[in-house]
Amino acid sequence: MTERLNRRRRNAQRPHVMFREAKNMVERSDIRVVRCGGSKINFRPPIISNDSRFVLCVSGDSVKVYSTRTEEWLHSLQGHTNQVTGIAFNPANHLQVYSCSADGTVKLWDFIDGILIKTFIIGSPLYALYVSKEHEGVIFLHLSTGTYNKNECFQLVSTQLPKSADQEVEAKELSAVSSHISPNPSCTAFGRGGEYIAFARNLQLDVYFFRKQKTYSFYLKATDKKGAKNAFTCIACNPTDDCIATGHEDGKIRLWRNFNHKKEYTYSTLHWHHNAVNTLCFTPEGTNLLSGGIESVLVKWQCGGGSKKDVLPRLGGSILHVSGSPDGQLFCVSHSDNKITVIEGNFKVSGLIQGLVTGDTVLTDLMIDPRSKALVLNGKPGHLQFYSLLRDKHLYNLDIVQQEYIYEAGLDQFEVVKAVFDVKGSWLATVEERGHESSDLEFFLKLWAFDETTQSFVLNTSISAAHTDRIISMCFSSSEETTMLVTTAEDSQFKAWCQDADADTQQDQNFWSCDFVGSYHNLKPTNCTFSADSSLLAVSFQEVVTIWSPDTWELLTTLCQPPGQIRDLCFGRLSCSKYLLGTTTKNLLCCWNLLTCALEWSTSLEVSKLQPDPLSENVAAFSYQSKHTDLFVFKPSEPLPLFTHEKVCSEKVHHAIFVPREEPLNGCDESCQWLNGSQLYFLTQNMDLLTFSMATEEDRMLSSSKRLVIDDSVAVTPFYLLLGKHRQQQKLNTPSHPAADKPQQKQGSVSIKELLHTPAHVLPAASVLCSMFVNSLLISNTGVREEMESSEQEMDCEKEEEDSEGEMETRDSQQELRAQGSVDEVTPKLSKAQERELKRVRKTDFSWMTGLIVSKP
Amino acid sequence: MASFKPTRIQTYPKLGEKVTEDTLYWKNYKPALQIKEFGAVTKIEFSPVPPHNYAVTASTRIHIYGPHSQEPTRSFTRFRDTAYGGSFRGDGKLLVAGSEDGIIRLFDIKSLGALRQFTGHSKAVHATTFLSDGFRVVSGSDDLSCRVWDVASSVELSSFTEHTDYIRAAAPSKLNPDLFVTGSYDHTVKVFDVRTGSSVMTMQHGHPVECVLLYPSDALLVSTGGRYVKIWDLLKGGQQLVSLKNHHKTVTCACLSSTGNKLLTGSLDRHVKVYNSSYKVVHNFDCAASILSLAVAPDDNMVAVGMTNGVLSVRHRKHKEEKETLTDRRRRGPVYRVNVKGKNFGPKQNDFLVNKAAKPHLQKHDKQLKNFEVSKALDSALQAWKRSSKPEVAVVVMMELNRRGTLKNALAGRDEASLARILDFLLKYITDPRFSRPLLTVGDIVLDLYQQVIPQSPVVERLLQRLLELLGREAELQQEFLQVLGILDTLFASLNLRKDVATLAAPPVAQGSQLQAA
Repeated sequence: MTERLNRRRRNAQRPHVMFREAKNMVERSDIRVVRCGGSKINFRPPIISNDSRFVLCVSGDSVKVYSTRTEEWLHSLQGHTNQVTGIAFNPANHLQVYSCSADGTVKLWDFIDGILIKTFIIGSPLYALYVSKEHEGVIFLHLSTGTYNKNECFQLVSTQLPKSADQEVEAKELSAVSSHISPNPSCTAFGRGGEYIAFARNLQLDVYFFRKQKTYSFYLKATDKKGAKNAFTCIACNPTDDCIATGHEDGKIRLWRNFNHKKEYTYSTLHWHHNAVNTLCFTPEGTNLLSGGIESVLVKWQCGGGSKKDVLPRLGGSILHVSGSPDGQLFCVSHSDNKITVIEGNFKVSGLIQGLVTGDTVLTDLMIDPRSKALVLNGKPGHLQFYSLLRDKHLYNLDIVQQEYIYEAGLDQFEVVKAVFDVKGSWLATVEERGHESSDLEFFLKLWAFDETTQSFVLNTSISAAHTDRIISMCFSSSEETTMLVTTAEDSQFKAWCQDADADTQQDQNFWSCDFVGSYHNLKPTNCTFSADSSLLAVSFQEVVTIWSPDTWELLTTLCQPPGQIRDLCFGRLSCSKYLLGTTTKNLLCCWNLLTCALEWSTSLEVSKLQPDPLSENVAAFSYQSKHTDLFVFKPSEPLPLFTHEKVCSEKVHHAIFVPREEPLNGCDESCQWLNGSQLYFLTQNMDLLTFSMATEEDRMLSSSKRLVIDDSVAVTPFYLLLGKHRQQQKLNTPSHPAADKPQQKQGSVSIKELLHTPAHVLPAASVLCSMFVNSLLISNTGVREEMESSEQEMDCEKEEEDSEGEMETRDSQQELRAQGSVDEVTPKLSKAQERELKRVRKTDFSWMTGLIVSKP
Repeated sequence: MASFKPTRIQTYPKLGEKVTEDTLYWKNYKPALQIKEFGAVTKIEFSPVPPHNYAVTASTRIHIYGPHSQEPTRSFTRFRDTAYGGSFRGDGKLLVAGSEDGIIRLFDIKSLGALRQFTGHSKAVHATTFLSDGFRVVSGSDDLSCRVWDVASSVELSSFTEHTDYIRAAAPSKLNPDLFVTGSYDHTVKVFDVRTGSSVMTMQHGHPVECVLLYPSDALLVSTGGRYVKIWDLLKGGQQLVSLKNHHKTVTCACLSSTGNKLLTGSLDRHVKVYNSSYKVVHNFDCAASILSLAVAPDDNMVAVGMTNGVLSVRHRKHKEEKETLTDRRRRGPVYRVNVKGKNFGPKQNDFLVNKAAKPHLQKHDKQLKNFEVSKALDSALQAWKRSSKPEVAVVVMMELNRRGTLKNALAGRDEASLARILDFLLKYITDPRFSRPLLTVGDIVLDLYQQVIPQSPVVERLLQRLLELLGREAELQQEFLQVLGILDTLFASLNLRKDVATLAAPPVAQGSQLQAA
């Protein structure tokens, strides 16, 4: 064996391609990297508008506006060029909102229409923003003052916003309020009526009175006898009472009073949380205090009621922020799993706004659900999340672990670490793991079948000890007929799992069982992959790639290109299916030809992620070198890359995925053609989801978004969607003669408005109104040859005289829609004689009838 | 707000036989009814006409039992010596039986009268049966001859002496009144045609034949003898179709079930085996003694087994109606007669019904886990184990507590009785491979917690001593297992070596040539 390997090694030195040199040949085109949603919405506390209709939250470099009723994303306020770090309503105008960003600007928006009103340029990165009703035109900001003793220091400054008509104003006059504050923005709060501001830092609580211009400081001991950790974590001030609530690391809440005295201050303690209190919030009347922490339980304390409390448990994800609406009817709780829960005043959950959950690491790779084309990755603890990239919307969570998650710091709990779909999307395999120290490692391999009736995955088989050690990788065979799962584990074995086809047990469900156990010289396997037609299985064992036949489980051949272990492995697709690509830890990208069993070409490239496109031959390689990542797209059959993009981002890329487009673009530039069939998304180490976008695509997007802005005057509710569609149709129907449409519309609407908007008790009798109402529905006979009875009749007669009165039809149908909302499509056809008869009836005087109607009651 | 997720009890796959429809069908019998006869029960036959009485031949008597009677409804006691092979005529009116003294007797079922006696055999007659026309009787005897008798005139019509040893089995063809099959201790099965006066087919069974059986279509023949059951295809000229070796003692009897023609065989090894149509064993009845005879009632309503110790065991089929009434009663539950106020109030026609979401039922331990009452949860899980012998629940709760990091709290601070219960549990299941891993951690924690106070309680000390012994034994056992595994590995390695070399040697040559070509 070794002799054979040596021979191959010698032979393999031959072809060597220079990728990095070749990249100069392909010029950069109009493809650029864009952020594509899925950013955090729990970074800063969400705020609720005055009328409780909208929730605004910080999301990446924009502010997102959601509806509290429908939880739909309405629009976003875009304009900042860096992370938005704080939002607050303009105290002078409740329809305007301030936002500050790390790009050094404060912007003022009209959030209902999404219009940028003003930009104030501060100059240095801003970290938080506070406003107070008492200080009109002044905003308070967190600034960084450079590093001091290796910790970054922050200061709180106030700035008077200059009044000028310009769009962009520089506001450089800053006056420091405090120069030593905590970097955590929830450690600063304004007191009752903006009289004082309280901020906490480590073990120190400072209260600054604006009128006296004096600071009172209170200190706590770091620990007391019971091992309590007293550091401050958050702070809130009662809006109607002189009371400051502070949260501590050991779960205690202290209520401070008399803090305008240096010595005679008092505090009382509330203790329910067993981990750090993350957030505190008083209700607007100051009667209740809401607190939340890691336990994911929202606690409502009654102020002055001792330790009387209500709890709302199992909200999912530890609570980061709580904020209330000004009228106290709604609360918003933001969670660590990128979720905002809307809670009603009666302490019931009324809505959920879920973003893409990306935690600290993505343990499972990025995947695409073949059925819904949704992005799949591990979301909230123990779940897989399905996220639609096209709509930037969370679809649903699939509970994999099916265990109660205990929100407690430092617990080692089950987490989904691997997941893989088969080609058709009818099977899903997951691995969940607990105990990252190998001493008491527990893991389960689970196989899920797609259930057509419930349209979700149902657990089919759960295997408790699939291997004796941790599973490293797994893959499904890609053939259509039989599905087979291959897992490789650290116990230096790989196993193939098949569905039992047992004829004797006449059951509907077939369970999975082990079919084959393979190993190679007791080496640890690292990767496994099936070829496009599933006739070959490649398993890499450290430096060696072994090729197996899944039918007979025969070892066909071995390939090796030392030095360096194999890191990534993939087969070529379509016309390049005879190639096998592999990357090693020693910066080598190799391409083997499986027909000759020889190295076709290799290049020295530090590849951190190799991702084949499922729809074409293309393979994308992310290479990390000298502190930035480059992208190479190439075909295995050609030694030169199709496309290169330098400096995609500054971090390593470990996760990338090709997402098939809904409809393929037809080619524009030669260098962009690889993006026609599918789009490439990748995840950086900072958990930003980025993608490549083409100029043509952006144009299209821009035009569509503009159109959206125009008719976005109403909140996007399902009802609106229905109605809006109808309206759009009407618009499409009447593009040619808008001028003829207008006066008619006005006239109709005036009388109806009069009817509808007059209070009922001042309206005349219905009999009087009736004729007026009917008249308003009729068409005035100016310029029209014939007088029509009613819109219904007109529609019918138009079928006979279509060419002359094409415009009338649309006019009327619209009018009728406005009047009664629904149109009876089936109307009796009337002949001309009947029409004439009807006209006659209309012309006769029915005034005697009104007399009858009036006299009767 | 998500609801509490209860702990999931893992189901472990059942080892052994898989449950199929056939096993369910054959399991659906009531416990066996035991009837004591005077001697070994050599033959049981069901009457072909309803109400399917059955004749049991034992010692010097033949008893006729009704389908549900435990006492014989009729008995024939005229035999001077042991009777053999009582069998009914096709209309169920006549019964023929041989005996040790060589006389064949014919009885009328209704009047109990002995109608005929066929004398001529010089030795015991073990096999007697009517031919399918009902006018002739075939007998096989230990005098190596088999004879055909006319019922009307009690005259011997023909005699066949082709067998060279005792004839112990005979079966008539159901379609042709002139054909019958005999099995003999000379290891052969012969098909005789009365018209030709000689055997038309001979099959070599290879062992003394104890029983022969023809399928209703006459196409297949079953012969049993020795440990073997052999199936012959008569339409292919007596070709052996399959040879079954599922018993480990002589197979003495065979019969067919009336639905689906399942074959049943009984043997001296005290088992009755049921085969499916592809001759795989699908079910197994165990009996108390060696089985000599076996019969299945039409519609499979009864399985009667006769044994050497003279016990006739009869199993009746469970009827569907009985089963339903049972479950119905259970489902209805107890009837509350107190506090009916408001409970019998139903919605009226025009009422708008507001459904309240049903609260999911939580087990006791789940409720306690929900409230973070860890010790109580462990206690109630152990109680559940005591009550319903479900160790899974207790183990799952222990694993759940371990995951929550509160297993130590749950185990600490226990008195002697509750600690003894935990140790009892450990003693019983710590060696179970399904549970050993979590239970070993439990054991470790228990030892850590209580090592200071163990000497104070003799009960706990004794239990720990037993645990120590158990674990020592288990460790030895594991070591032995590993040794055996090592031996087997070397064996397998030596077996695989040749093949490996063969497969691995081939590719290098091919690849070498390819490389050269490249």
